[in-house]
Amino acid sequence: MKFKKPESLYDRNTHYCPGCGHGIVHRIIGEVIDELGIREETIGTAPVGCAVLLYDYFNFDVIECAHGRPPAVATAMKRIHPDKIVFTYQGDGDLAAIGTAEMIHAANRGENFTTIFVNNAIYGMTGGQMAPTTLVGQRTTTTQKGRDLIKQGPPLKVCELLSSLDGVAYLERVAVSTAKDSMKAKKAIKKAFQNQIDGKGYSLVEVLSMCPTDWKLSPAQAVGFVNDEMKKVFKPGVYKDTDVK
Amino acid sequence: MCQAAIEAGCRFFAGYPITPQNEVPEYMSSHLPEAGGIFIQAESELAAINMIFGASAAGVRCMTSSSSPGVSLKQEGISYIAAAELPCVIANMQRGGPGLGNIRASQGDYFQAVKGGGHGDYRIIVLAPSTLPEIYELTMAAFDYADHYRNPVLILGDGILGQMAEPIELKPYKPVVELPEKDYILDGCKGREPRIVKTLLLRPAEALVEFNEYLKVKYARIESELKLCEQYLTEDAELVVAAYGITARIAIDAIDAAREKGLKVGLIRPITLWPFPNEAFKEVVGRAKKFLVVEMSNGQFVDDVKLAIDCSRPVEFLGTGGGWYPTPEKIFEKIEAVYK
Ligand SMILES: Cc1ncc(C[n+]2csc(CCOP(=O)(O)OP(=O)(O)O)c2C)c(N)n1
Repeated sequence: MKFKKPESLYDRNTHYCPGCGHGIVHRIIGEVIDELGIREETIGTAPVGCAVLLYDYFNFDVIECAHGRPPAVATAMKRIHPDKIVFTYQGDGDLAAIGTAEMIHAANRGENFTTIFVNNAIYGMTGGQMAPTTLVGQRTTTTQKGRDLIKQGPPLKVCELLSSLDGVAYLERVAVSTAKDSMKAKKAIKKAFQNQIDGKGYSLVEVLSMCPTDWKLSPAQAVGFVNDEMKKVFKPGVYKDTDVK
Repeated sequence: MCQAAIEAGCRFFAGYPITPQNEVPEYMSSHLPEAGGIFIQAESELAAINMIFGASAAGVRCMTSSSSPGVSLKQEGISYIAAAELPCVIANMQRGGPGLGNIRASQGDYFQAVKGGGHGDYRIIVLAPSTLPEIYELTMAAFDYADHYRNPVLILGDGILGQMAEPIELKPYKPVVELPEKDYILDGCKGREPRIVKTLLLRPAEALVEFNEYLKVKYARIESELKLCEQYLTEDAELVVAAYGITARIAIDAIDAAREKGLKVGLIRPITLWPFPNEAFKEVVGRAKKFLVVEMSNGQFVDDVKLAIDCSRPVEFLGTGGGWYPTPEKIFEKIEAVYK
């Protein structure tokens, strides 16, 4: 195992809380972009959410977007620079609440960019409110008795939702809660970028990720929450792959 | 407008259908790709303006158009684009409001266009053409001002202008201001340091204060350099009518009729609504005894006229809200009534 810092990441400490999954996802993206040799061709988008400052860590061009709008911004950037590599990095509030329309329509148009969707089942940046992906029964600052199936509905399953769209090339749900999961996540993310290089169309990788601070759990307990609770509702796996006929 | 945009090098258009401006995206959908450009029918005005945000950062001349309710949705993006100092052109063919209103011509979005609309301390350049040839010319110039100042430019029209037919003399595009090199474009960092386009300024605590101070200076520079205005028969006018866009054109008929009756009436027609051509008003204020503001709203533009003359003369008002226009006869009647 090598521990060299990828060139696509700056040598800096991040602002993420201990046990947060964003740092792991950044690291995987950095490694993938290095391995594909596309750092100088890449344009990333920053979401509104805990990852808004990702341009402080990634060593390539980045545009910071309004909350939920990265798919619209990425659509224009990729259409104008079809030979560049464009990706969105979005949280569950960004992608599955305020930006649902932008996400679905970019996916359905089959825009040839890549989305890394970090699902931590909560609004991290604003201090732990309910997300569209919050589990039934999960306590948040706006569901203090736990998410109520009747009042707030069930969690939104993005991969399942998008799998019905003909425009989508590839959908996979992974996690970064164990080393084994992270290896799988890396494989999926690499494929999602490779698809773009090959012009296959819209690829999205949903990453189940930890938020110990807002879940009010220790980092170790947070890993347990992903493995024991989240994976039950959000089943990891490939939801669509146009390569597999 | 579309032809002018394409000639001026616009190569990206995103929009969402809304009456009375559907002719714009419809024209763009076929003609822009023929010119090597990209047309996208977006899923909403929110998406459209954010596509413009991306397109501008990607380095191309870009444009979106809509009408009042759609322009309200675009305000989020306009604030971000102004904050990121990206050039773009936005057209608003205003219709009656508030709410869904109607689809007739209106000038009810003056405050939204000129005073803000979106959040934060920002300004956009607002151009108000009154004829189709002027739309043609100002659309070309809009792209130049946007690039020159790295700022959004809004073309504020209305439903009449949006649907009218008039002969236009085509002119080859020539920039009206110097066009700086675009050193902010995101196209991959090959051979250079990575670039960031962002609007969040958290640290240090003074960063956003300093940025706003910088914007203040930039806006003051635009105000000192860019003011367009037309004056008609104001040299000896005792009553000065102030109107913009299509309303000014209607007012001219009434002014001509008043002149025939020997009334000394003139017109000031601001072409830039921001920056507001205060000087033109200050120039005539010594001679004019009174002003009459005519607009297709129940009183928005009139405030800026009062400010321009420091309320030093009576300012009469003729307004029509709800998507209705004042006829030349109505304006003439009002001129006669207030001319004393
Ligand atoms: C238009 C708008 N609405 C609300 C907010 C406030 N806001 C900032 S981040 C955020 C939620 C982020 O949650 P998520 O996308 O799940 O990302 P995370 O922080 O959990 O990584 C919200 C609601 C905003 N910045 N802009």
